[in-house]
Amino acid sequence: MIKVDGIHKSFGKVRAVRGVSFEAPDGKITGLLGPNGAGKSTTLRVLYTVLKPDQGTANIDGADVVTDSLAARKNIGALPHGAGLYPHLSARENIVYYANLCGIDKSEVDDRVAAIIQLLEIEEFADRRTKGFSQGQRTKVSLARALVHDPRNVILDEPTNGLDVMATRSLRRLILKLKDDGRCILFSSHVMQEVAALCDDICIIANGQVAINDSIKGIRERTGQENLEEAFVSAIQMVAEE
Amino acid sequence: MRTFLTVFCKEILDNLRDRRTLASALIMGPIFGPVLFAVVINMSIDRALDNAESTMTLPVIGQEYAPNLMRFLESRNIEVVAGPDDIDGAANAVKAGAHDVVLVVPEGFAEQLSAAEPAKVELYSDEANSQGEKETRRARNALYAYNQQLAAMRLSARGVNPLILQPILIDAVDVSTPSGRSAILLGMMSYFFIFALLMGGMYLAIDTTAGERERGSLEPLLTLPVTRAQLILGKIMAACVFMAASLLLSLMSFYVVLRFMPLEQLGMTPNFDLGVVAAAFFLLLPFILLGAALMTLVASFTKSYKEAQTWLSAVLIAPTLPILIVSILTLRPQLEFMFVPSLSQHLILVDMIKNEPLNGLHVAISVCSTLAIGALLTWVCARLYRREGLLG
Repeated sequence: MIKVDGIHKSFGKVRAVRGVSFEAPDGKITGLLGPNGAGKSTTLRVLYTVLKPDQGTANIDGADVVTDSLAARKNIGALPHGAGLYPHLSARENIVYYANLCGIDKSEVDDRVAAIIQLLEIEEFADRRTKGFSQGQRTKVSLARALVHDPRNVILDEPTNGLDVMATRSLRRLILKLKDDGRCILFSSHVMQEVAALCDDICIIANGQVAINDSIKGIRERTGQENLEEAFVSAIQMVAEE
Repeated sequence: MRTFLTVFCKEILDNLRDRRTLASALIMGPIFGPVLFAVVINMSIDRALDNAESTMTLPVIGQEYAPNLMRFLESRNIEVVAGPDDIDGAANAVKAGAHDVVLVVPEGFAEQLSAAEPAKVELYSDEANSQGEKETRRARNALYAYNQQLAAMRLSARGVNPLILQPILIDAVDVSTPSGRSAILLGMMSYFFIFALLMGGMYLAIDTTAGERERGSLEPLLTLPVTRAQLILGKIMAACVFMAASLLLSLMSFYVVLRFMPLEQLGMTPNFDLGVVAAAFFLLLPFILLGAALMTLVASFTKSYKEAQTWLSAVLIAPTLPILIVSILTLRPQLEFMFVPSLSQHLILVDMIKNEPLNGLHVAISVCSTLAIGALLTWVCARLYRREGLLG
């Protein structure tokens, strides 16, 4: 369960996030949708604790991301945008490294890593060095190491960027599987169709503010647009006009 | 503790597989120093041997007018050869660099000599030609010696003690010991050690911030439930291990190179046995922590891998500055110098090579102050690793 309450974040004069609030409940996929530069990544970075908000609070399963960031991080599996691997280590070694850093019991590390490798269907290249991996392979390994400590909350920043159709489909299947485990999934995208295909709730962000935050059905009703793309555009225009 | 060890082991493994790190840590640093050193020493040995023993050839015009002088020159290991045809030819040959020096004996030499008039010879040389300086000096010294010999003979023939021509006897006494003479040249070894140890950890230091960031692996790493201090400590310690390996290799390769160098011919017997190798290693250990933290600190301010490399090249030079200043001013080791890292290690190392008794207080201050500065820099690194700006 992720709760965000009125966070602001500026970089110098640029006000990237201006009072974003939303909730992402357990057992649901919440999509953070918005055009490029809307403040999606900044919001997520505050949630996985690499940035501190200037104002407002956010918590992960009740642990504040600023005052109790270590506890908050324990319950997050994060896939930052453009996450990189260690090229001299094999996929398995990359995952084992994270498993150890997360403090998984030493006797369980190997089993846990094997299980996550199976879950993400990366057995085929698990023992190859990650140098030269395709974008799809890299994303899967990055996701595997983010999930190795079995976090209740999963934060994915534009995970499907640069993936081909097959890789996108297998990633979607995986996200749905994580949801069925009862996890809270928060994922950002600028591709509306993707959010529509996957998410239960959508939070549309534009200009650093929440334009609309509702279920897909609710968004259609509130914008008066049957077509989701039109709904998206009119929601963004609503913010721009303010 | 487990986080620290995990990071430490991963960095060691990762870098052992990285050719660039291995090359700079285990080959570049340890090999560069001894090779450069061997070249420099060989050059100075060549020059030293040149001066005294080698035969020099001296083109002479008009040999036939001064057979005794020619024999005298031959006795001083100067081989007399036929010079250019005339005086103009001699001047041109020297100007063109065909000969460094040419001696001209005029036709009237023998008559002037027997009439006890100053007998003129001409020595052509090019003062602007620094390469010919040595030959010219040697020819001139030989002529002075012949001059003195003739003067002495004339005085004896007149019943005068030739010693009256020598009112002052200069006896230059060199108080340096063979080990002491080594220190001047071998003093530069300490810099090679510092250079090698810094090279050993350079890529690891860059990788901690700029490298991880550029690869995109920093941000996911920071989302893990660990404190950043543990991450950076593990990384700095891994860098220290590579630096220590690099230092040890460098010391050993110097040890081997010195075995094969004919240093005795230069009048040097450096005290660089295995005991000194071990002592030097422990003396430089504190500097490893300081170097690792300093390089990590500098790299953390850079925006990219390339920029980090540029700045770290400057860090490689920085430790030479205090050594250079003290060498130029030829200052003796003083207590205050022991607070300055790199300088203190250099001075103590030079004393060890000179085989002089070690000053325990100096060693203690050097070790403690270097460790303290290293710990302080490590702490600053850990603080800076918590900045948001770290992500670039």
